[in-house]
Amino acid sequence: MEAVQSIVMSDASGRMPARRVVGAYLAEMRSECVRYLRAPGFMLPVLLFPTMFYLLFGIVMNRANGPDALRFLLASYGVFGVMSPGLFGFGVSLAAERDNGLLTLKRALPMPPGAYLLGKMLMAMLAAGVVIVLLLAIALGLGHVPLGAGQAFLLLLTGMLGVLPFCALGMFVGTLVKGQGAPGVLNLIYLPMSFLSGLWVPLSMLPGALQKLAPLWPSSHLHAVALRAVGLSQDPIGAHLLVLTAFGVLFAMLAARRLRRVG
Amino acid sequence: MEQPVATVASLAGAVKRYGALTALDGLDLMLHRGELLALLGPNGAGKSTAINLLLGLIRADAGRVTLFGRDPQDIGARRRIGVMLQSAMLPGTLSVAELLRLTMSYYPAPRTLAETAQMAGVSDLLTRRYAALSGGQQRRVQFAMALCGRPELLFLDEPTVGMDIDARRKLWAAIRQLVAEGCAVVLTTHYLEEAEALAQRVVVLAKGRVLSDGSVHALRARVAQSRIRCISDLDATAITAWPHVVSATREDGRLEVRTEAAESVVRRLLDADPALSELEVLRAGLAEAFTEITRDASPEQEAA
Repeated sequence: MEAVQSIVMSDASGRMPARRVVGAYLAEMRSECVRYLRAPGFMLPVLLFPTMFYLLFGIVMNRANGPDALRFLLASYGVFGVMSPGLFGFGVSLAAERDNGLLTLKRALPMPPGAYLLGKMLMAMLAAGVVIVLLLAIALGLGHVPLGAGQAFLLLLTGMLGVLPFCALGMFVGTLVKGQGAPGVLNLIYLPMSFLSGLWVPLSMLPGALQKLAPLWPSSHLHAVALRAVGLSQDPIGAHLLVLTAFGVLFAMLAARRLRRVG
Repeated sequence: MEQPVATVASLAGAVKRYGALTALDGLDLMLHRGELLALLGPNGAGKSTAINLLLGLIRADAGRVTLFGRDPQDIGARRRIGVMLQSAMLPGTLSVAELLRLTMSYYPAPRTLAETAQMAGVSDLLTRRYAALSGGQQRRVQFAMALCGRPELLFLDEPTVGMDIDARRKLWAAIRQLVAEGCAVVLTTHYLEEAEALAQRVVVLAKGRVLSDGSVHALRARVAQSRIRCISDLDATAITAWPHVVSATREDGRLEVRTEAAESVVRRLLDADPALSELEVLRAGLAEAFTEITRDASPEQEAA
């Protein structure tokens, strides 16, 4: 009697109440956010580059061109700033953790499926949100850009969701490169892609050939969405959203396939 | 209906190849409830591959791998295990308590934080950041993470590397406590005295196969020779001719006799030289047995 009972109990112990599974997802997300928010080596570059650029090239050098220039640059540097937590937050950490054994340990532990990636995704969205809020504060406080609350909210939404395709791209790079090589590779993607999408110099000032190439880069599509959010364009954004979604899904699938294969 | 599950995990005819290299060559291994098994073998013997299969980190090319009667990649099976890997860099900006709470969240009925910390000896480290700990302290935290989920099967891969003697003894005590509670443990180690101190069963692997499987005692018994050492004037060459004596040598006035029948040889030595002093009889240790067994691992076993 006693023995049978102990076997049945131990057999049931592999199951977990739904409440605890949700708790595990939340704990993983919390840890993933906390560990990066406490790492100045990650947060400082992510926050400083777009804000410094906006202060320098926007507030200081472009003030004479009027509030529309500042409004345009808010969207540009917003996209530029949102790309980095996606690319680097996912790519660098995944490449490092595939290398240092943390990912192996997580796969061996009964972590619920996807919690690790979901945690990184949330962290990237939070970091992107902080970048946009900082840029908005500069635009409104120092640049006196006449921006409605609705527009500010739309830009924030654009940033926090717009980070996702770059998470997918970063994740894919993180599955290809191991360890220390990832930051270099990601910069080779990040910086040229920003330039070619017209985030530093407006597209119209780039050579015609490069302008034609622009639709290849997801950042140019996010830029179009951001310009609409701040009220600088009235063009429909449905196609851009579709491209961004497709881009994100494609790279997420490629990365997931590689992760399953090589781990 | 329910079969008594005495076997918590098993490999049956497991084959794993990495390109031309065969890491596991039809390995059979059963892990039993409440048993501490030490997995030994030279580098490249297939220890890590066997563990990785049981943890569901890799898939076998052939054969069957089960964990609590299920596929090791089944999360329900893995909720019943604890894992301490050889090298895992944990997030350094998290505190010990945060790391433990996170790991506890993966399990259905984990221990309390206080109990976990007390068992692994990390109670005084809970508020510290992981990166600020010494190597030995980090290993203890990893051990705490391994046991926090109240596992029925614990994988410990080289658990005491980087620990000082005191920390090692404390960890051994904690492992014994877990085994006493009915937890099965798979231990890989390079320290044979660790296997000797802890293991009920020792499995020696070489070239992806089981060379020897039995108790520490049985393993040592495979090397039947003992060494007798003493100070005596007796002639070594004459002793070599005695029955059961394998060899006898003299070095710095000290006589050393190798034999398979220590008792009768000692009796004869004492009879022959009443002035004999500082008598020592050394049984072959696990280390000698291990060396002996793995040296014999010649390509004799070709049968599939």
